Amino acid sequence: MDLLKMAKPSLLDVYKFLPQTNCGECGEVNCMSFASKVLDRKSEPSDCPPLIKESQYKEKLESLKQLVIPPVKEIIIGEGKNSVKIGGKEVMYRHELTFHNQTGIAIDVSDTDTEEKIIDRCKKTEEYKVERIGDILTLNLITVRCASGDPKKFEEAVTTVIKNSSYPMILCSYDPSILGAALRKPEVAKSRPLLYAATKENWQDMVVLAKRHNCPLVAFSPNNLADLKSLVATIESAGVKEIVLDPGSYTAGSGLSNTINNFVMIRRSSIKREEKGLNYPILGIPAMVWLNGGEDPVTSYEEAYVAAIMMARSADLLIMHTLHPWSVLPVATLRQNIYTDPRKPVAVDPGLRKIGKPDKTSPVLVTTNFALTYYTVANDIEAQETDCYLLVANTGGLAVEVSVAGGQFTANSVKELIESSKVKKMVNHKKMIIPQLAARLRGDLEDETKWDVIVGPRDSSQIKDFITKNWNAPEG
Amino acid sequence: MINLEDNGIHELTKKIAELVEKFGEIEIEGPEISADELTFLLQPTVQTAIQRQLPVNKTADKPLGFISTKFTQPIEEFPGNVVEMQLGATKKEGGTRGNVLKIGGHKTMPFYSFESINPNRPVFAMDVFDMPIKLAKPVKQSVAEVMDDPAEWAKKCVNEFGAEMVSFNLVSTDPLLEDRPTEQAAKAVEKVLEAVDVPIIVGGSGNREKDPLVLEAVAKIAHGEKIILNSVSVDMDNKRVVKAAKEHGHSVVAFTPMDVNNQKRLNRILLDEGLPKNQILQDPTTAALGYGLEYAFSLEERIKLAGLMGDEDLQMPIMAAASNAWGAREAWMKTEELGPREIRGPLWETVTCVSLMMAGADLFMISHPATVRVAKKLAANLYGENKISQEIESWITNIN
Repeated sequence: MDLLKMAKPSLLDVYKFLPQTNCGECGEVNCMSFASKVLDRKSEPSDCPPLIKESQYKEKLESLKQLVIPPVKEIIIGEGKNSVKIGGKEVMYRHELTFHNQTGIAIDVSDTDTEEKIIDRCKKTEEYKVERIGDILTLNLITVRCASGDPKKFEEAVTTVIKNSSYPMILCSYDPSILGAALRKPEVAKSRPLLYAATKENWQDMVVLAKRHNCPLVAFSPNNLADLKSLVATIESAGVKEIVLDPGSYTAGSGLSNTINNFVMIRRSSIKREEKGLNYPILGIPAMVWLNGGEDPVTSYEEAYVAAIMMARSADLLIMHTLHPWSVLPVATLRQNIYTDPRKPVAVDPGLRKIGKPDKTSPVLVTTNFALTYYTVANDIEAQETDCYLLVANTGGLAVEVSVAGGQFTANSVKELIESSKVKKMVNHKKMIIPQLAARLRGDLEDETKWDVIVGPRDSSQIKDFITKNWNAPEG
Repeated sequence: MINLEDNGIHELTKKIAELVEKFGEIEIEGPEISADELTFLLQPTVQTAIQRQLPVNKTADKPLGFISTKFTQPIEEFPGNVVEMQLGATKKEGGTRGNVLKIGGHKTMPFYSFESINPNRPVFAMDVFDMPIKLAKPVKQSVAEVMDDPAEWAKKCVNEFGAEMVSFNLVSTDPLLEDRPTEQAAKAVEKVLEAVDVPIIVGGSGNREKDPLVLEAVAKIAHGEKIILNSVSVDMDNKRVVKAAKEHGHSVVAFTPMDVNNQKRLNRILLDEGLPKNQILQDPTTAALGYGLEYAFSLEERIKLAGLMGDEDLQMPIMAAASNAWGAREAWMKTEELGPREIRGPLWETVTCVSLMMAGADLFMISHPATVRVAKKLAANLYGENKISQEIESWITNIN
């Protein structure tokens, strides 16, 4: 279904600019297959050897390069392995094409914090690593705010951060001389921090700083997109090419409506490629909920859902203040969700999986073929080093609770699976463990399969514990 | 024009000078080309010589002035719109609701108020069950004392927690649970209708054989109240439910498992059975944050956009069960590492809810009072209510 006609290049658009000789020098079977790689951003135009080598293709190469430049520019903050790439968006909605470059999450420190507190927040930020379904969720940057107004204090805080964190920084002050003082230290300048922020008032000196130290620069114009666009045009003409947009993060009352409208207008105008000038990544500041004082846990709770709203509507970079495991996790998880490939199938193949090294006495577990359920269960069992057989039932790619309710997870589907997988020959028992959320299938299952059905734990993280307590291994 | 000939610079310089001249003819004094870009073009040995000649060199580092541009709002006009649907009926309309609500009627994506002010903000219902069931601890804590009495439970949701609707689930009718007869279930619905005057949603147990009978009985007892019957799917006797809905003036939820084409097909079936478009709600399945939320998120965006683009079969409002968030272990499991579940759980539901609110859901089923409170406030704010001035410029110094 083609929904909104966006100016997104198609496979044929890319193909048009390729040699169309199917020479295979790039390693692909033909030019069409290379075109799809280019479209998915897995290859670049310059990965086509003939385009580079042969002068007859010079124009095609140039045109192709122009074609695939994402309408939202890619900006790199920092330097080296922890640098953060943001922007590079090509579409408005994630079903159109995978969103590239996950939203960067920055945690703030203030130069009025004690050195101890700054170090603690740096460490917590950098050590934040949560494994979820095969990915490691992390935080990405440290924001240093000059709340003191004192260049010396700011410089000290920045030095503390750089000593205690390898994450890229966002340096915040409207006073160019304060940012300049910190940037005079070679290790600070070399780390390519994002400078916050150029405004209508200070842009001349900010531009000089950004150019001298080759740093990306935030353009800040609260709730005025015409001014923001003018500011960007001004900065660009002065030679700063790496820009991040802050249209103002109003979070209280109706201000949130302005924030979301501005984010959407900026993104839509650049994706449609009609309005040049705001085609840069967007910065959102959920930390704004702490303006003039907040109170835990209420303010951290608020910050988390404000971050979610901003991320759902195009924020490429977020500055956050809260650092509780419970407030950061939902935001990082939402980011993981939104940035998955929309073509990823909902279902995995049904069938039998052996986890670890199961033998004749090992338990047989049953789950559904909803991809998320399957990977969660399989990862958990592997992590718990539990040898077992996992029967993946065809529930039409639905999770346990939904498929039991909807009638896709049935005794019959499990019976078929037992037969087709020949699991009977692999074990010396007839016992299966089903998810607690499928408990109501127990009677039906016992009737259909003539196996003993044990209702297992509610959650797969408890499988090992459950098996230890409840699984009586049959004799040899 | 730059003339380097007189300075007697050697051959190489001449060549480069020609290049520079070219640029010079275009415009070398304006802001279009900065000194940095020129430097890049020139060999280091000749830089000094040329720079002496450049009249604008000192200021070229900075642009000459602030460039004022205009911004044109990227407004789109959609050919279609989401149909408007009424929930509940007043005495005058043949029901007994003191409070009726409307959803849908949208002309643009949710909260794009720069483009168009969508009528009718999202509506938030709270879950009530007709028998005590297993609930996540943070949810149970809020309703423990009323779980034996659905009418009291419903009252608490509306009067204390601010629920705009009640979603009453007849789980006891499940043949594998209590197998309560349909008449008894219908009586329970009647009691809830007497206890609260907000519109209600009534859900079956998920049993495909019995649900049509249960919903039929409910439709009859709630004649004229314009309740929502939750739900029908392709593989059940949806005709029976549609017939009852038409006869007694109710709406029906069309449930499909995560597939936009199947949703379209089921909607079409219901339309062909004669159910008006404004009596159908779409439920394309809600997956929890961290457990497939992205599927629900994209399905809702796709459905909403398709409807706005004019796809007649996808223009009905969307319902989302944010309470499915409680299936996520991050919401209910007791673990020190992730912090207290009393706050972690509600937040998990809240984030699930508000993300889908941005994507396009119009009616939500919610389990925890905190989510209702937050989501209602957010919806109001996103509709431009609650003017609060915020001096955001001072955030650098005033966050604490």
